[in-house]
Parts: sequence; C-alpha cells; structure tokens
Amino acid sequence: MQSVIKVSNLTKQFKGLTAVNDLSFTVNKGDVYGFLGQNGAGKSTTIRMLLTLIAPTSGNIELFGMNLKKHRSEILRQVGAVVEKPDVYKYLSAYENVSLFAKLSGITVTNKLVMDQLEMVGLASRAKDIVKTFSQGMKQRLGIGIALVHNPQLIILDEPTNGLDPQGIADIRNLILRLSKDMGKTIVVSSHLLSEIEQVASRLLIIDKGKKLVEGNAHELFDPAQTIVEIETTNNSLALQQLQQSNWRNLLQPQRGQNILLKLHRNDVPALHRGLVEMNVEVISFQPRHNLEDFFLQITSNNQHVQAFTN
Amino acid sequence: MYKLLQIELYKIFKRPRTYISFLAITALVGVIQLGLVKNGDDYVNFVMGNVMQSFSFDGKLLNGYLVCYILLQLLLVHVPLLIALVAADMISGEANMGTLRLMLTKPISRTQFLMAKFLASAIYTFMLLVWIAFLALFVSMFLFGVDDMVIQKTNYLVQLPVDDVFWRYTGAFGFALLSMLSVAALGFFLSSFAENSIGPIVATMSVIIFFTILSTMSIPLFQKIQPFLFTTYMVNWKEFFDPKVNADNAVIVGSLHKPERIITSAIVLIFHIIGFVGATMVIFKRKDILS
Repeated sequence: MQSVIKVSNLTKQFKGLTAVNDLSFTVNKGDVYGFLGQNGAGKSTTIRMLLTLIAPTSGNIELFGMNLKKHRSEILRQVGAVVEKPDVYKYLSAYENVSLFAKLSGITVTNKLVMDQLEMVGLASRAKDIVKTFSQGMKQRLGIGIALVHNPQLIILDEPTNGLDPQGIADIRNLILRLSKDMGKTIVVSSHLLSEIEQVASRLLIIDKGKKLVEGNAHELFDPAQTIVEIETTNNSLALQQLQQSNWRNLLQPQRGQNILLKLHRNDVPALHRGLVEMNVEVISFQPRHNLEDFFLQITSNNQHVQAFTN
Repeated sequence: MYKLLQIELYKIFKRPRTYISFLAITALVGVIQLGLVKNGDDYVNFVMGNVMQSFSFDGKLLNGYLVCYILLQLLLVHVPLLIALVAADMISGEANMGTLRLMLTKPISRTQFLMAKFLASAIYTFMLLVWIAFLALFVSMFLFGVDDMVIQKTNYLVQLPVDDVFWRYTGAFGFALLSMLSVAALGFFLSSFAENSIGPIVATMSVIIFFTILSTMSIPLFQKIQPFLFTTYMVNWKEFFDPKVNADNAVIVGSLHKPERIITSAIVLIFHIIGFVGATMVIFKRKDILS
C-alpha cells in the first residue's frame, strides 16, 4: 500500500509543554483517516506540522514519499486543507476568495473552474456575495471549496463539522464519502466527535495528551460483539416492557435519553429487527452502531475526560 | 512572485480601510487650499510679517509652489500615521482574520509571502504620495499659479527662481517616499509579532510620535540621541529647498547647500528599511503559526 503521509517520532514542545509526544503514524493512499482526540490532545498541532505552519521540535514528516521540509512547495501543491475555522477574506466575495486561493495554489484559474467549485459546495448562487454575509455553515463549505479547488490528492480537514447544524454535518459527511469513493482522494479528518468519525473513517488514529493511543482499521478496532442498537418507537415505555419480557432482556442497556439501547453481536442485529416486528412494536428509528464510547473507556483510564470527550 | 504581489494589491485596494488615507488627505488638502484661496494673503503676511518689511517681492508670493511647501510641512508629519494603518496590518491583519494559516498552507515560501506583502505596502505608500503630490503640487499650481518661491528659513529668506523649483519637489517627494517606506517597514516589523491589527498600528504610531518629538526638540539631552533616531532623518526633504548662494546672495540655480545631508539621511533610512524588513523575515520564518 502506497503511503501518502508518513510521520515518524514527531514531537512538538511549547515552552515546557509537550503538545505532541513521539507520534508516529502512516496514512495510505485512498484512506479516510480519522484523527481523534479530545480538545487539546494535539490534533491541531499535528495537522499544523503536516502543513508547515508549525515547525516540529523533533521527528520526521514525509508526504508523497518526500521530506516535507525539503520539498515543501512541491508537496503543498498536492494538499488542500481547512485548519480549524474556515477563515477567508470577509470583505471579498465567495468567487473572489476561491479565485484568489486557486491562484496561490499555482493553477490556471478560469470562471468555469471557480463556479464548478462553488457549485460543488452549494454556493454557486451566492458567488458574488461578500463572505461577511455568510452563515457559519456556508463559510465552512466555502473553506472546503477553497481546499479542493486545485484538485489536491490529499485533503486535510481539521474539525470540519465545528459549528454546523445537523444538515451541515450530514452534508460534510457526504462530501467526504464522495471525495473518497468517487474521486479516490486521501482524506485526513480530525474531530473530537466520535460518532462523526465513525461514519466516514476507514482508518483511525486516537491520540491523547500528544501521544498515540491506538491506530488501525476502523472495523478492526471495534468488537462486533459490542454493537449498540438504539431504537426509537411510537411508545418507548411499552416497547421496553415487551423487551424486558422477551429473550432480549439481558441485552438491554441503561437508557441515555428516551431511546432504548441494546448491546449485542452485530450478527444478531437482523434477528432483533425481526423480533420487534413480531412483537408489533412500531419502530420510528433503528440504528446499530459500534460502541466507540466503550472503546474509549477501554483504552483510556480517565473516565471523566472520556465522558467529556464523547458528549 | 508577481502573481502574489498582484493578489496582495488586490486585497489592499478591496478593503474600505485603505481609502480612509486617501480621503483624509483629500479633505485636509482641500480644506487648507480653500482657506488659502480665501485668506491666503493674510496668512502669508502673518507668517512673514517681520521680514516682509525689509523685503520686496515683485510677483505673486502666494503661488502654487509655496502652497505645496506649506502643505507638505503640515502633512508629512501626519502621513506616517496613515501609512501605519495599512503597513502595520499586513501580517497581523491576516492573523487576526485567520487567513494567515490558509495563505501559508499554499505552495509559496514565507520569504515570497513577506516580500509580496512589503512590496504591496510600498506600492500603497508610493500611491499615497503620488496622490499627495497631485493634490498639493499640481492642484495648487492650477489654483494659485506659479512664480518664484519664497520660503522662510530660521534666520533668512530663500527666493527660488520659478524654473528652479519643480525638480526640487521631485527630489523632495522621492526623499519623502524613503521616509514613508521606513515607517512602513517599522509597521511591517511590528506587525509580525501580533495577532491583532490594533496593537501594531498603535505601536507604530506611538514610536513615530515619540521619536518625532525627541527628534525636533532642541534640548541638549535629546540632541545627544537625535542622530540615533531615524525620525531625525525623515524631515530632511526640506534640504532640497536650501540652495547654495553666490557672493551676491543670489541662489545658484540647480544647487543644494548641503547635499551630503540628503545622501546621509537617505542611506540611514535605506538601512532602516532593510533592517526592519530583514528582521521581519528572520522572525517570521521561524514563527509557529498558532492563530
């Protein structure tokens, strides 16, 4: 497998504080690489080092098989990024911003290129409006449009769903999946929201206090026997009573909110679905997911911060 | 590099803030010219009252050349503040907006980035001075006509023949450009430390005001440090209006009384520009972008 990013023993210290501590990881071509950690874990510092915004204290970074320090310009031509907030020039229009950053990326800018990009992120109709009038979600989409305008092979998105409403989050998620599956891009996406990463990432890196906790394929990191199913019905208390009287009772989990939770093996999910139908339970939603929160509890000792992390 | 410079200029001239300086200059020059059109002769009599009694001038004393000189004396002290408004915002403004990190993830080196930014602020400075020259010199020439230029020095009057004035203004504006570029370089340097626009703008203005006061006060303590303040050299555009005179006290056309002062001042200012921009490069190239 061809590696796009290869980070070896990366360390960054700020006046006595070690933000990133001997971090090594590899991102392969075509990966959607989820970069997870709580706020302050060192995700953004690492991403900034990948983009040469911050100089490492020690360690080595290779992108596309080239040393980042020695081949900076050559490498950055193939990288598109949104680092934290998608800040652009607020006194310029969306069109002007995309055009300006496309020129900086060293490509020939045409009206079609800029409008196609704005179309892709759903801002074509607002192309001539100045960014000052945009909502947070629109700015986020514009930032992504700018990151993609020069057709980069590697896309780095740092907390891309920050400040977005549910529809905005879903749009970004779909865009990431489309870029990966349809266009074969390699994507690094960081987040402190586990549920977001879970839905898009093929591989995961979890860091805490600047250190790697775990890295691997998403499906290998989660035990299929720990799959959680969240059920919403027309009458949750009645459905819960029926489940308590059935063979599924031992799998019921303490409720979080109104919905019913069961922990079971992934292979048993269809049987549960059938069972609910047989019990005449009117299901509104039925959502199986990996229990990433539990996974975190397994790999970290600090319960309190994991709780904060997963909420 | 040329493309980067184009982009920087585009950004500068797309910001409404940029035009504050041009509007301020236009308003100030316009008001003074209006005042001099109405009461210019009274003003000249008031300023030159004593010497006029022992001096006869056959011509138009209040002409465009003199008006431009009056305007420059008033303006060139304050223009640095307007230069600071743009130059001191060049890097810190990007950090404040959050666009600095996006700019620096593009395949341009930090040296190119800084050079383009400084050149753009130099071009802005040049354009502002061209605008001042247009309003203060050419508009004044149109409104007041031209004649010999009589200016009052500390102990004497200088009468420059009408044909010997324009080149002196060309030199004075060229020198003023160097002075203003040193202010721009200072603002640029201070801009590299901050992540908001206000701090470096105010700091640049404060340094200029403080140094200018120290440079102009004739107090022995201050006079000792004046050679070390670059603001001392910024006002030497006036040397272009100090010609040599012959034995009959007549001006030698095309001459300068102390050209070495102009040359020394220009060298000092150029060194300051190179020093400030060089220091900015060294600091900024090592800087972690955390904004």
